[in-house]
Amino acid sequence: MSVLVVIEPSAGIINKGGFELATFGKETAALSATKCITLVLGNASNAGELGIYGIDEVLTIDIPTYDSVVYAKTIAEASKKLDASIVILKHNANGKAAAGRIAIKLNAGLVSAVNAVPVLNGAVLQVKRGVYSGKASATYAISSSIKVITVLGNSIKPNATGNALPVSELDLPKVTSTLELIDRKTMSGRAPLPEADLVVSGGRGFKGPENWDILLELADTLGATTACSRPVADADWRPHHEHVGQTGVAIRPNLYIAIGISGAIQHLAGVNSSKTIVVINKDPEAPFFKAADYGIVGDLFEVVPKLTAAIKKLKHE
Amino acid sequence: MKTLVCISKTPDTTSKISFVDSGKNFNTDGISFIMNPYDEWYALVRAVELKEKVGGTVTAINVGDASNDLVIRKALAIGADDAIRVNANAPSSYFVAKQIAEIAKKENYDLIFLGKETIDYNGAEVGAQLAELLDLPFFSFVNHLEVEGKTNILKREIEGGEETIKVTGPCVISAAKDLAQQRIPNMQGIMMSKRKPLTVVEPIAVEELVSLITHDLPAPKKGVTLVNADNVDELVRLLHEEAKVI
Ligand SMILES: Cc1cc2nc3c(=O)[nH]c(=O)nc-3n(C[C@H](O)[C@H](O)[C@H](O)COP(=O)(O)OP(=O)(O)OC[C@H]3O[C@@H](n4cnc5c(N)ncnc54)[C@H](O)[C@@H]3O)c2cc1C
Ligand SMILES: Nc1ncnc2c1ncn2[C@@H]1O[C@H](COP(=O)(O)O)[C@@H](O)[C@H]1O
Repeated sequence: MSVLVVIEPSAGIINKGGFELATFGKETAALSATKCITLVLGNASNAGELGIYGIDEVLTIDIPTYDSVVYAKTIAEASKKLDASIVILKHNANGKAAAGRIAIKLNAGLVSAVNAVPVLNGAVLQVKRGVYSGKASATYAISSSIKVITVLGNSIKPNATGNALPVSELDLPKVTSTLELIDRKTMSGRAPLPEADLVVSGGRGFKGPENWDILLELADTLGATTACSRPVADADWRPHHEHVGQTGVAIRPNLYIAIGISGAIQHLAGVNSSKTIVVINKDPEAPFFKAADYGIVGDLFEVVPKLTAAIKKLKHE
Repeated sequence: MKTLVCISKTPDTTSKISFVDSGKNFNTDGISFIMNPYDEWYALVRAVELKEKVGGTVTAINVGDASNDLVIRKALAIGADDAIRVNANAPSSYFVAKQIAEIAKKENYDLIFLGKETIDYNGAEVGAQLAELLDLPFFSFVNHLEVEGKTNILKREIEGGEETIKVTGPCVISAAKDLAQQRIPNMQGIMMSKRKPLTVVEPIAVEELVSLITHDLPAPKKGVTLVNADNVDELVRLLHEEAKVI
């Protein structure tokens, strides 16, 4: 038996999200003292480093990850070949598109968006996930002999326990895709929002797109990713992929700094799982303060540059 | 063109969440329900737009009990031609996918739309299972779709970017923001929706592989620590030493 962890590199390297998943897989495998095998989809210059996270075997196979048909066929075949009883994927666009298919192929129970290492109870796997946009959580029992789960970003800290491993190619019959990938755009620079540790987010309190420089400077100083409230994206002050909340991206960074955002329930739904929330708002009655850990009541145009300066000072100490 | 749109019912986005029966069941007291925003604003509207452009039919499908009929009528008011309700309270995404697949197998839909996820269970699970059961390509988080004859060109959101893909023939699509613009049903639509057919069918049996143990509410926050606006250094100190996040 084994636990199979599927890792998607981005632009030829495995990033923090991949190492998180490896640690998650390792801890899940430890529950039943089985092997943890990672399968890397495509080339990654640092694939061998997965061994550092206590993985037993690192395999690769190159497939078009955008094609859920090929993705699912490949993973289902790999699971059979490697005798996997638990298959772990990342809860991102490709992982979500494939997980359900894999579950059907393997007659496996599926739970997605898992946010904590499972508990094993005999042959039953207990998993926890957020529901109602982070307003509650639910625990499920998966009773099928094979289990498929997708794991949210930032659910576990990568834990280095071993040494790098050699990487070998997994030999499976090639599956051809019927799709044509016309274009792929990736945003370079900052970490994608669902993976970011630190997020600085702005709302309508900024009054207009021309005022975003102070937020960007704060984000740069922290090495944070930027986000915004929905009306800000709707008005095209900021790009749509920055929109967080119930109808935007759901995030759970270590630090979320909300500036000039009132804290409407639909906004909170996407950010309330953040570990630490800081709110800067000139209105002491803003609902966001109720969900915050730290707050400053004040004018953002004065507070934000001061905060940037104070962080610069800390970094130079 | 013949399309199927999967619609679900969710609590209104402002709902206060609580549970009854020692965490087993959602407390529906005082909750108003809506059509899942991704299903209504993006999936359904894009299907209706395509029908208006190239002709054809739009069928809405829901797995749920009779209390879902209000939401289904709204889908008809927005522009679906007819609707099917599978008469069962769905215990899982697998159950929903099985029921919809059972119906879709008998019809040759050109496109099957879903929302990217339901905002209650946020699972994004139904689409991929449905596509697998029907042996069709599946695209998650589609925010742009053009159809020319049998060819579909679509854009989908991926982690930190976007892909443009060409696919020929029927497929299953989960709709993300920007696939269409929200439409408010007009008076004529509402009047017509009452006369459009809503067929109720009984579910097929499904063996469940996953069961709910319980729900929990998060521990209440300990309350906010306010820092004076003139003392930003103190906030930085707290974030560094107490919260240890910077
Ligand atoms: C179905 C549905 C789904 C939704 N989904 C989302 C979602 O996913 N994400 C989302 O964000 N919203 C969503 N919304 C919208 C949400 O209800 C709020 O309208 C929105 O979050 C408000 O954005 P805001 O806080 O930027 O603006 P506002 O509510 O206008 O708040 C601006 C804040 O800035 C403060 N401010 C103003 N000037 C200053 C200053 N100089 N210094 C400091 N503070 C200042 C004000 O005190 C105020 O609190 C949704 C709504 C619905 C109905
Ligand atoms: N009970 C249901 N009946 C019909 N469609 C559903 C139902 N539940 C979910 N769906 C569809 O599946 C999508 C994804 O739901 P989920 O996988 O639960 O996040 C929704 O946006 C709907 O389009």
